[in-house]
This record gives sequence, C-alpha cells and structure tokens, in this order.
Amino acid sequence: MNRNLLGVINLIHESDELESLTAFRCPASVPFGSRYRLVDFALSSMVNSGISKVAVFAHTKYRSLMDHLGSGRHWDLHHRQSRLFVLPPLTDDGNEVRRGDLFHFYQNRDYFNRSDMDYVVITRSHMVCNVDFGPVLEQHVETGADITVVCKVQSDLLGGTARKVSLDGAGRITGIQDHYGRLDSDLVSMEMYIMRKELLMEIVDSSLAQGKDHLVRQAIMGRLDELNVRSYLYDGYLGVVNTVESYYRNSLELLRPDVWRSLFFEPGPIFTKVKDEPPARYCSGAKTSNSLIANGSIIEGTVVNSIIFRGVHVAKGAVVRNSIVMQNGVIGENCVLDRVILDKDVRIEPFRELRGAESVPFLAGKRKVI
Amino acid sequence: MGRKEMIAMLLAGGEGKRLGVLTKDLAKPAVPFGGKYRIIDFTLSNCMHSGIDTVGVLTQYQPLVLNTHLGIGSPWGMDRRDGGMAVLPPYVKQKGGMWYKGTANAIYQNMGFIDRFDPEYVLVISGDHIYKMDYDLMLREHKRTGADVTIAGIEVGWKEASRFGVMHVSGDGKITSFEEKPKVPTSNLASMGIYIFSWTVLQQYLIRDEANRLSGNDFGKDIIPAMLQDNMHLHSYQFQGYWKDVGTIESLWEANMDLLAEKPALDLNDRQWRIYSVNPNRPGHVAGPEADIVSSLVTEGCVVEGRVERSVLFHGVQCGANTRIDDSVIMPNVRIGRGVRIYRAIVGEGAIIGDGVTIGSPDVQTITVIGSDECVTASHSLQEVEQP
Repeated sequence: MNRNLLGVINLIHESDELESLTAFRCPASVPFGSRYRLVDFALSSMVNSGISKVAVFAHTKYRSLMDHLGSGRHWDLHHRQSRLFVLPPLTDDGNEVRRGDLFHFYQNRDYFNRSDMDYVVITRSHMVCNVDFGPVLEQHVETGADITVVCKVQSDLLGGTARKVSLDGAGRITGIQDHYGRLDSDLVSMEMYIMRKELLMEIVDSSLAQGKDHLVRQAIMGRLDELNVRSYLYDGYLGVVNTVESYYRNSLELLRPDVWRSLFFEPGPIFTKVKDEPPARYCSGAKTSNSLIANGSIIEGTVVNSIIFRGVHVAKGAVVRNSIVMQNGVIGENCVLDRVILDKDVRIEPFRELRGAESVPFLAGKRKVI
Repeated sequence: MGRKEMIAMLLAGGEGKRLGVLTKDLAKPAVPFGGKYRIIDFTLSNCMHSGIDTVGVLTQYQPLVLNTHLGIGSPWGMDRRDGGMAVLPPYVKQKGGMWYKGTANAIYQNMGFIDRFDPEYVLVISGDHIYKMDYDLMLREHKRTGADVTIAGIEVGWKEASRFGVMHVSGDGKITSFEEKPKVPTSNLASMGIYIFSWTVLQQYLIRDEANRLSGNDFGKDIIPAMLQDNMHLHSYQFQGYWKDVGTIESLWEANMDLLAEKPALDLNDRQWRIYSVNPNRPGHVAGPEADIVSSLVTEGCVVEGRVERSVLFHGVQCGANTRIDDSVIMPNVRIGRGVRIYRAIVGEGAIIGDGVTIGSPDVQTITVIGSDECVTASHSLQEVEQP
C-alpha cells in the first residue's frame, strides 16, 4: 500500500527559533540525539513505512543538509526503485525565495506529475518522532478523508511551539490555530499531512490563482469547512524541536530509557549518515552516569546527564553536567560545564567554567574557542 | 578493463580451528574484533589507504557471514566500475571442481581473475591479522630492490617464533633462508604472510607448484622455498608497528585488551588511518544512572547499567544493574542480566546471560568462551560452559 505513497519533507519557511544552531544551517540539519540530524526522523519514518521516493524541499542554508543527505545511500534511497530528490528553490530572483511553500510545490510539480503514486505525505523536519505512515494511510482511505493530519495529545511541549487542533465528535478537524492562538486544546498538529496527489495539485493551482501561497495556513486552515480534514492520533514519542529550550529539554528526555528505546527503535530504526568512528573510549579516570554517548568519543573526565556526540574529547578532570556537546567538541582539562549546548567543533580551554539556566542553556556557536 | 599496477589477493578461507566455538558458524576473518569491526576490516582498510582498489577475496570455509559483511565492498570504497572487490569462492569447472587445497592453490585457481587486470605486481595477504600497514611503501621497496618477491617481516619474541615462518636476511635485506614453523627457530624475524610478487614470476611458480604432486600448495611451505632453491631474488621488508595474529582465543583476547591501554599501540582513533567496517546504525550508547565504565570501549546501541572495567562492548550489548564485567570481550547484541559477574571471558554474538550468573573467576587465568546465541542461566555450573 505504501508503494502508493510519495514523500515530501517540506523545509520551506520551517519554524525556527534555534538561534545560533541555525546560523548557517537549516533546522533540518541541526544535530540531535548524539549522532542524528533533525531531518533523520521524518526521513527514516518514511523509509521504514516503505516509501520509496522522498523529495526534500530545501529552502535556505541547505549546504550542510546536502552534505548530510548525499545520494540517500544511508536511508537506502539510492536504487533504481527508490530515490531521494533534494529540490532547492528554482529561482533566479531573490524575492521568490520569500514566497510561500505552495509556490515551491508549483515549481516542483514535475516531481508529483511524473510519479505514478496516488497519495502524498508532506512533513516538516522539526518534529522528532518515529511514525509508521502505513496505518495513517489506511485510516485516511477508510475514513474517506480529503486530508489526514497526524496529531498527538500532548499538553507540555517542553518549550517547543506547534499548532493546536480541535475536533468535532466524529474526529473531523474543526479548527487549527498557530501556537499563540486562544484555541484551548491539547491536541498538537505534527505538521504531517496525507492527501491524494490530485487534491494537492488542485490546492496548489487554485490557491496560487487566488494569490494564496501557504499550504497549511491558507489552503488547509482556510478550507476546513469545505474539505474533510481528519486527525490521526500518534502515540509514540514526540519532541517539537524549534526553540533552543525545546532542543535542550527534548535532548535530555532521550536519557529516559523508554524514550531512547521507543524513539530510536520503534516501529523502525532511525538512520543517519554513518561516520566510521571507532567505539567510544573510556579511560581509567572516567566517570559517567545517565548519559548518551556516541562512537569516536574519548572520555577521561566526568559526564553526567549529558549527550555526547561523535568524536568528542572530555579531558582529565573535566566535568560535563546536564549538557549537550556536539561532534568533535574538545573539553579541556578541569573544565566545568553545566547546562551548556556546544555546537560542532567547539573547543573549551582548560579550567573554564560555563553555566546556563534550565530554560536558557548557555549556547556556543560552531567552531567557537572559549 | 584498464591495467592495474598492483592488485591484492586476500586469503580469507581460514577455518580458525583454534578459535573453537567462535568460528562454529563463521570464517576466522569474520570474527568480531575491537568493538565494531571484523578481523578482515583491518586488511581491507589497509588496502584502501594504500591506494589498492582491486581486491580478490578468496573464501572457502563458512562464507555466509563473511559474504554478507563484504557485500560489494562499499565500506572500503571498493564498489568500483573498474576493479573493486570480488569474492572468489572455489567453483566447479568442466573437469570437476575442487576446494582450495592450500594458499597457493587458491591463487592458482584464480589466475584468470588476476589476468583480467594484467597487473605488474600481486599483493598476497590474509584476513587473519590486526595491524595497520601501508602496502604502497612496501611496493616502493619491492620496485627499488627489483626483487622477485618481497616478504614483510617483523621481529617477534623468541618464544613465539616457532609459530611463524622465520627468515634469515643478509645485511642488504636479501632473504637467505626461510623456514615455516620451525621447532627450534634460528631467527626471530617472522614472516607476516604479506607478499608482493612480480606477477610473471608468481605465475610460473604457481604453475610449477600445481604440477608437483608432492606439494602442499602453500606459500610458506612450497612456493617460497622453491624460489629460494632457484636462487631467485627474495627480499625482506621490515615492518615496525603493531601486528598481531589473532588465531587463538588467548591472542584474540589479548589483542582486544591491547586496545584498552592508555596509549594503545594500535590507535583506532587515528583519523589518518581509519578502520572501515559495516556500520550497524544504532543510537549512541546509554550509560545508566548507576553505570561505572572505566578503561573500556563501548559501542553505539549498548545500554550499560552496571560496572564495566577493561572490557570491550560491541554494539547492542545490554548490561543490567549490579553486574560487573572485568577484562572481557562482549560481542554484538549480547544480553546480560542483573547481578552477573564476568571475568576474563569472550562472550559470542547474541548470547544471553541470565541474572546472577558468574562466568570465569578473578583467580583463574584461562579465558572462558561463551559461544554465540548460547543461553547461560544461573543453574549452569562453570564446567558446563564451553571452555576453549
């Protein structure tokens, strides 16, 4: 059945309050969870659901995303029967980049027209989750909905922001509002939409013809009376990662064994670009507890309640607590880090002390030397 | 097909009898090593770093795991249009096929493969050793001396020497004598089983050796002595660095332990000479709230709740609370319960160790081996556990 489903990861105007984490990369390529990038969750969910063609609508700052995705090999999307299409804006006018996502759907309509699949699933990249789209499509077909939106009941988004959804008694969506709206609902939209390809193409053409160029805000939210838009309830782990606070708090959630297991393994494994790092090396004085540690790291000091990415070196006497250290970070001897997020390639000189607050962790940009 | 200056023939058919239960279902080169690798990864990565892009891998014994691991050679950049990796098992011919009778016969049976690339030199290596070596430097030496064959040698302890082929060399590096596994070694310069032959010379000797019914068709026992007898030019290439034959339980265990030194002789973290392998794609490992891990290697996908000291944990190992693992090698996806004690052991892939089990003893020097997919529960006594 899923052979009939086409994937789109829509990065056009993705919500982003990730501060310096997205200074030179799009949210989709923000490193997360010791060795992943945000896009891996939507992409792996699609692949594990049997989707064989995925388009990534790249928008801005997508250099590192291209490097990460490559040919799609690591997601098994590089075969005759399965492909990954990275489709950046097709424009020679800088102003066009500012136009809404429907304009980009229109520009890439060949991707839809050339495929012989009947259904499309459109997602964003900032929803950290592990979804099987098979049952979503099944429900979509069974209920005869025009559009099915994957939603989750979750009252605390750990500082992330997401649209709220209201339903009528029969499961049809009656309202969708941006996070600051007054709609009182704990049903959160995961920004994942399944619909027939023809409907999408119709939405694209008729919305643009009326001067509307935003898929969700204008074409879907504005036509809830007319279209049968229904929700599918997802009950796995959801992290809405679009603010620094939610990035930090959702990262630390991964230290809960149930979250680690369900997010990374159920229903399928999350794939990412492999790096061929050796196993993590613990030296004689190492002390570690309640932490997530990737390959290639060398731990000589103390690591508590932290996420350590690939190739990180924690030197002797250094203490890393409640922190996230991205790839190739170097923590000098006798440093103390508490509630800190270090982007890639950050180097902390010996004897430094850095501390942040829980909702406002200290954030060091890529390649900083402190 | 373009001409290649040098191609490699990698002998990977070894049964590894001395590794006991560890090689019950797989060939020796496929035995897991060092937390995420298989033994053959070291030789293949060496080929890659030495600029060799064409490798024939000669398989024979239990090839399923090995073949799956090798695939089309992508991890080592050997999925090539010209050349690349070819897995070469023995095959049936018109006049009936036969197994590879010996190391030399394996190459003899694949002369057609080598001829397709019309190489000037052929590197013969095996997939049984742990080391990092630039074969290109050895090739340069081979060309400089104009030898017919260059054999890599390393100085080993006198006690060990009788396990290897040992060589005597003259002052300028010429090999004057070669003795395979002598009872009383007269030299401690051991052959590493790494040969660079000029292809035309090797061809002649392979054909001659095949015609000789008394020959064991082995490089160390037959080909090299025959060349010496003919006064051919045999040269030694002295290798300095870490090299370990991991053909026995003890040496396999030791080689794993060698990686845990504060400054290991073989550095896996060296980014200039990475060892490539098939990546299992697991999330970072979890060190639980009560975990205590020192002097160890831990791979992605592990969940460690207990104490781990001087041990190597492969991917997907689970280690329960109040468990203590010392001086051990735990292969992929082993599940270890709570309150377990493991001392000086090698636990095979997928084994299950139930709550409260004790394996090995802190006072005993022998290494306990648990075979893959074995299930050990508290009712088993130590004696029932298979010993090497």
